[in-house]
Amino acid sequence: MTLALSGSDIAKQIEEKFPGCVVEATAASLLVEAKSLLDVAAYLKDTADLGFDYLTLITAVDYIDCFEVVYYLTSIKHNHSLVLKTRCYSRDNPTLPSVVGLWRTADFQEREIYDLMGISFDGHPDLRRIVLWEGFEGHPLRKDFL
Amino acid sequence: MEIEEVYSSRQLDIKEGKAINELIARSQEVIPDPDRWLDEELERNVLVTSVDAVLNWARRTSLWPVVCFPACCAFEFITTEASRFDLSRFGMEIIRASPRQADLMITAGTLTWKMAPQVKRIYDQMAEPKWVIAMGACAVSGGIFRSSYSVVPGYNRIIPVDVYLPGCPPRPEAVIHAIRMLHKKIARRSLIAEDE
Amino acid sequence: MATAETREIVVNTEPFVVNFGPAHPSTHGVFRMRMTLDGEVIVKMEPVFGYLHRGIEKLAEERTYTQIIPLTDRLDYLASMSNNLAYCLAVEKLAGIDVPERAEYIRVIIAELQRIASHLCAVGFFLNDCGAFQTPVVYMIREREKILDLFDMVSGQRLTYNYMRVGGVSQDIPEEFIPAVQKFVDEMPGWIDEYEWLLKENEILLARSKGVGILPPDLAINIGASGPVLRASGVPWDIRKADPYSIYDRFKFDIPIGLAGDCYDRYRVRIEEMRQSLRILKQAMKDLPKGEVRSEVPHLIRPPVGEAYGHLEAPRGELGFYLVSDGSIAPYRFHVRASTLINLTALADMMRGWKIADAILIFGSIDICMGEVDR
Repeated sequence: MTLALSGSDIAKQIEEKFPGCVVEATAASLLVEAKSLLDVAAYLKDTADLGFDYLTLITAVDYIDCFEVVYYLTSIKHNHSLVLKTRCYSRDNPTLPSVVGLWRTADFQEREIYDLMGISFDGHPDLRRIVLWEGFEGHPLRKDFL
Repeated sequence: MEIEEVYSSRQLDIKEGKAINELIARSQEVIPDPDRWLDEELERNVLVTSVDAVLNWARRTSLWPVVCFPACCAFEFITTEASRFDLSRFGMEIIRASPRQADLMITAGTLTWKMAPQVKRIYDQMAEPKWVIAMGACAVSGGIFRSSYSVVPGYNRIIPVDVYLPGCPPRPEAVIHAIRMLHKKIARRSLIAEDE
Repeated sequence: MATAETREIVVNTEPFVVNFGPAHPSTHGVFRMRMTLDGEVIVKMEPVFGYLHRGIEKLAEERTYTQIIPLTDRLDYLASMSNNLAYCLAVEKLAGIDVPERAEYIRVIIAELQRIASHLCAVGFFLNDCGAFQTPVVYMIREREKILDLFDMVSGQRLTYNYMRVGGVSQDIPEEFIPAVQKFVDEMPGWIDEYEWLLKENEILLARSKGVGILPPDLAINIGASGPVLRASGVPWDIRKADPYSIYDRFKFDIPIGLAGDCYDRYRVRIEEMRQSLRILKQAMKDLPKGEVRSEVPHLIRPPVGEAYGHLEAPRGELGFYLVSDGSIAPYRFHVRASTLINLTALADMMRGWKIADAILIFGSIDICMGEVDR
């Protein structure tokens, strides 16, 4: 059975290593600051006893005052999982660091989030629209798209 | 081997996006059914000459479909073509990849605006006489996805459709019924009326 | 006496871009590839898709939880029952709804039959791409028709079933269903043996697919591959064993894995998975209890505020649904973790260095379904 690790337990480990980056930690998920996302992600991937080598899912949710990007991480070796989240508050040009360097699975998924939600990812090698055509106006999955 | 960028993906995408937006602007009205005269003429007893009869028989008994398989209905079409519901008895088992060699387009699947220019291009490349069967609810009117931002509400926005076949997906028996309806429609064609 | 003259011949080549358009008989659906070729060898491949993007995620935000089930059918339309089941698992996790025993067994039987049907299609079209033009496909569609008749008996539909419901299944199975499944399970190993006899040691299949399109296991994990693609690369990860959902922990079955990660291994993994599915079917039919098939669920489900991710091992990989609820009758956010979209990430790497004919084969062996890639 894949053990869903508790965000609050992992938060302690993360706080020691990167102080000040954890915004909120519940049993279900771990919310970190956008600017420390890459460091935390690399730590979660490279630490031996955590070893999150498999990124199951990246998705974004539009809560009207912010965008929340959710990362579901799984470790195939240890068979446990964790939910990592981050938020970005700008509406006009939201930007987040890209995790393509760590998990290549983020390639198409981040392009899709850019296409449908409008969130740009710094460091992505080829950020352009993927399921809609260039010239489509707007980002359909936003709540203010008619 | 290290190769330089031969083409720019972004430039290609922008060019294609412009073509799609232009097609959307042009396709706001439904294209009227071709051969609508057939229903009106029936009251006036259209005479089909023997030359017409032979031509129509030849055309309708060997309709060759072209590959146009966007979505789920494609698989019902493929099973119609396979050995259980055999399409070979209608002379249609060859699905030509090249539109130049085909005369029937069975549009099996949802049409999105991104795909629309490609379907229009395939339709334009087919040689006359050509027919279109709109297969499935998505092809007839947009189906379950009609209110989506990227779905064309029916193939008759961009190409003229001869036979509408509802169903989601239509059973193979329904596909065969639609093909028979098309046969009957082709049988009524007359060389005189084609000039109109 | 002839003098040997040597001349140095200098050949200049330029890379050449070929568009493998969306409407092509070999692409399984509307998938486009822009290939840069040096001679006939592929040096770069850029996939372009979105030609079937129907906006299912946005449409789901204006439908109730039960009305989304027909939308999920159209995602991976070759394995509709699995899509329905994955979505129902996600909503049941979100809302905390239990499923009665009989419904669990029926779900397992239907899901495994669906796995066999989907793999038959996948293997048939893979062999089509290999050059066995239409003959294996027709054999496999013959078997698939038998399974579609079983599903027709149960749900009334042949392709997009809309059979699973939140809290169980929509209606009970008729009496003639289990004997018909038993007959199928008894005959199917004979049919699989027939395919194996024709194809397993077939010289052309081996020459064309052994060693072609290798996906190394660490790359497979890094790109998030799942399903037969991941298992053929040697990683024994199957959601039915790693994170058992429904009642899969009660059944004994094995997970076939390949060692080389090439096209031939992906083909063999699918054939062996069909045999393992038959094993699960036999066990499930023996223990099928009596009872209700759907628990008491309100007509308009209002899950508590929160989020959930429900996933399962669909025939093409790990299909998951991420749902966010704000307490109302429609989900606030509905996201599909599309296994085939993620499996496509490594396609460019797998194709580099091979010729166009091999490219078709590699693409066919990943077994995608455009409804899920584009949503």
